Amino acid sequence: MCLAVPLQIESINPDGTASVKQANSLLEVDISLLKNASIGDYVIVHAGYAIEVLETDEAEVRLDMFDALESGNGN
Amino acid sequence: MRLKAEMGINDRYHDRDIAQRLVEEIVELSGKLARQVRFMEVCGTHTVALRRHGIHSLLPPNVKLISGPGCPVCVTPSGYIDNAIRLIEEFDCTVVSFGDMVKVPGAGGGTLAGYLGSGRVRIVYSPSELSALAGVIKGPVVFLAIGFETTVPVVLAGFKKALADNRKNLLLYTAFKTVPAALEFLLADKSHRLDGFLLPGHVSVIIGRLAYAFLEENENVSGVITGFEPVDMLVGIKSLLQLVSNHETRVTNEYKRAVRDAGNPTARAIMDEFLEPYAARWRSIGNIENSGLRLLPRFSDFDAAAVFGLKDEMDTDAPGCLCGSVIQGKVVPSECGLFGTVCTPDRPVGPCMVSSEGTCAAYLKYGA
Amino acid sequence: MDKHIRLEHGSGGVLSRELVEQIIYPALKNAAYPALKDGTDVSCSPSMCMTTDTYVVDPIFFPGGDIGKLAVFGTCNDLAVSGARPQYISLGFIIEEGFPVADLSRVLSSIAEAAGEAGVAVVTGDTKVVGAGKGGGIYINSAGIGEKCFSGDLDPAGLHIGDAVVLSGPVGAHGITVLGAREGLPVGKSLVSDCANLFPLCNELFPFGASLKFLRDATRGGVAAVLNEIVAGLSVGILIRESDIPVSPDVEAAADILGLNALEVANEGVFVAVVSGDAADSAISKLAGHPAGKEASVIGTIVADPAGKVFLETRIGGKRMIDLPRGLLLPRIC
Repeated sequence: MCLAVPLQIESINPDGTASVKQANSLLEVDISLLKNASIGDYVIVHAGYAIEVLETDEAEVRLDMFDALESGNGN
Repeated sequence: MRLKAEMGINDRYHDRDIAQRLVEEIVELSGKLARQVRFMEVCGTHTVALRRHGIHSLLPPNVKLISGPGCPVCVTPSGYIDNAIRLIEEFDCTVVSFGDMVKVPGAGGGTLAGYLGSGRVRIVYSPSELSALAGVIKGPVVFLAIGFETTVPVVLAGFKKALADNRKNLLLYTAFKTVPAALEFLLADKSHRLDGFLLPGHVSVIIGRLAYAFLEENENVSGVITGFEPVDMLVGIKSLLQLVSNHETRVTNEYKRAVRDAGNPTARAIMDEFLEPYAARWRSIGNIENSGLRLLPRFSDFDAAAVFGLKDEMDTDAPGCLCGSVIQGKVVPSECGLFGTVCTPDRPVGPCMVSSEGTCAAYLKYGA
Repeated sequence: MDKHIRLEHGSGGVLSRELVEQIIYPALKNAAYPALKDGTDVSCSPSMCMTTDTYVVDPIFFPGGDIGKLAVFGTCNDLAVSGARPQYISLGFIIEEGFPVADLSRVLSSIAEAAGEAGVAVVTGDTKVVGAGKGGGIYINSAGIGEKCFSGDLDPAGLHIGDAVVLSGPVGAHGITVLGAREGLPVGKSLVSDCANLFPLCNELFPFGASLKFLRDATRGGVAAVLNEIVAGLSVGILIRESDIPVSPDVEAAADILGLNALEVANEGVFVAVVSGDAADSAISKLAGHPAGKEASVIGTIVADPAGKVFLETRIGGKRMIDLPRGLLLPRIC
């Protein structure tokens, strides 16, 4: 019940929508459910609406974990 | 699939080496436990994603994943579809729906797909299309508003826009359901033998980690909020194993990049603005307290069930159909005598087989 | 000439003749077959192949093509994957009353262009008109014949363990493009159907003789359907690798958003081939040397086990079955 994908905001439109990058084209999504969203943010999109901004700090923490796993240092 | 351009942010979550490393840790943890552990994935999207990425083939035999009632189509009583057909046939409405509901048969056997050609049923990808549709269609336009908390605020946002655009002809036929109440219901049956839940990542985006506090306070079952990419799901399973190994009962968040403690306040506010909780009827289960959300009385002019006097949905399972037990995780699809023979996605007997996220459809399609 | 098709245009009288002489003939006639009679003599070789197919695509016009282009290339491709060089096409039109003549002309123009590109002649045809509401604008039946130029068997019964499964190009473009156009989906605005003439690519493989064991274009049901059809009832199976499947980022992104799988979606410019293991590299380089075959890839192998089934090794190293696609192709949010 939760099909949603992370997409990056390319521009924010005056009508409460944002254009997000979807491979080589742009998709319009409604961002009225977000308190704040900025160009460059990754958002999770469900049925044409952004439901959250991805926290890149957390994403980066997660990536560090991956680096650690990859180099065999454990958690 | 081989990509020519970088997928960027999701690449790591499909990384084979990371996944294999997580599998090794899962094997090690479950080996030390030396007993069967049973985790339930609540969400139909997890049921499909686990299988689509072949995760079952990587798990050790003593880690059992049970599929739960997380398919909003599967838990909607069959009478809902019959009522939707009545809206078309008797009340001259145009019915608008997500693609998911269109193939599901009602108790009478009919589906909405048959009305696509005539335009009496329209499919939308997003509720943001509702206002414009209501603007060009004459007569009442009824949106089939089903879904869990991921979808609820999204439907409401589309509805709110239609109200702002003064579309008096857009109504909602709601069958919204909520996850926490479903979990409590499942746990009330003490024979559940569950060690933990893989909690739905995107529902949790809306409701937040704190919405599962009752699990920590009352039950002996852990929960791990889990995302949907292959590495996310392996991390979720590993975390559950760690909690079980440490004899801890907690709710942890392994989808922190998207899920906050308090969820999405704007989304929760729009739900409070339009909806109130009630005891919704779950297919083959019956009514569960506080498990549904319906329009507040002041929006009754837009409530299709009220306006058209739709009766409570009947709930009849065909003889031999075990969907009710399947969605509660009490049986696996292969234990149903109709599975894959009489009941297939082309000729489904119950919703678990026809819904794209139905447990039976997923098991048949990907090989359990 | 009227602006919209009328029932009388199909009843064999004056208006029928007007339609044929003013709109259809001028678009389709060619030097070799200027008359387009009810029955046209064609010269054939001793070994011919015949096929037919009917086209009912909705919408009629979509990014990358239309029903006319499909009607030519689709039929040519059926001949090509049967080991024949397409030569002659017949066209049967069923047109709905009210269909704009300008749209008909557009379709005919596409047909002429596609036939020219494929080197086939439209030699005969028929037109009927049905009442308004009784047809989707226009339906086309197209039969094709061509001379056999590959004498091998192309029967799955001849497959051996170790044979290589080859895909001629990236998957999923046609089906998702058409679905998006039909349902007005907001995704993938840069998506384009892959509708193309496959004979030149197939022709690269015919010289492989007995090493070319199977050929089929992956239309309805996509690659998933073809792979399952190959091994149905056989004592061998197929294992393909997700990371080797060519797919464009646009198609994959659109599929992700809509909850679809590019392997299950129709293509109109892709075929699946099976070649013996030792011929795989050479087959790929032959295909890749051709502009339409740049993304040709070996995606998997014929295996012993499990028999009659198709399995996928996923990107993370898991394994799961690929089933025959079932039911309608609809976008989902769940």
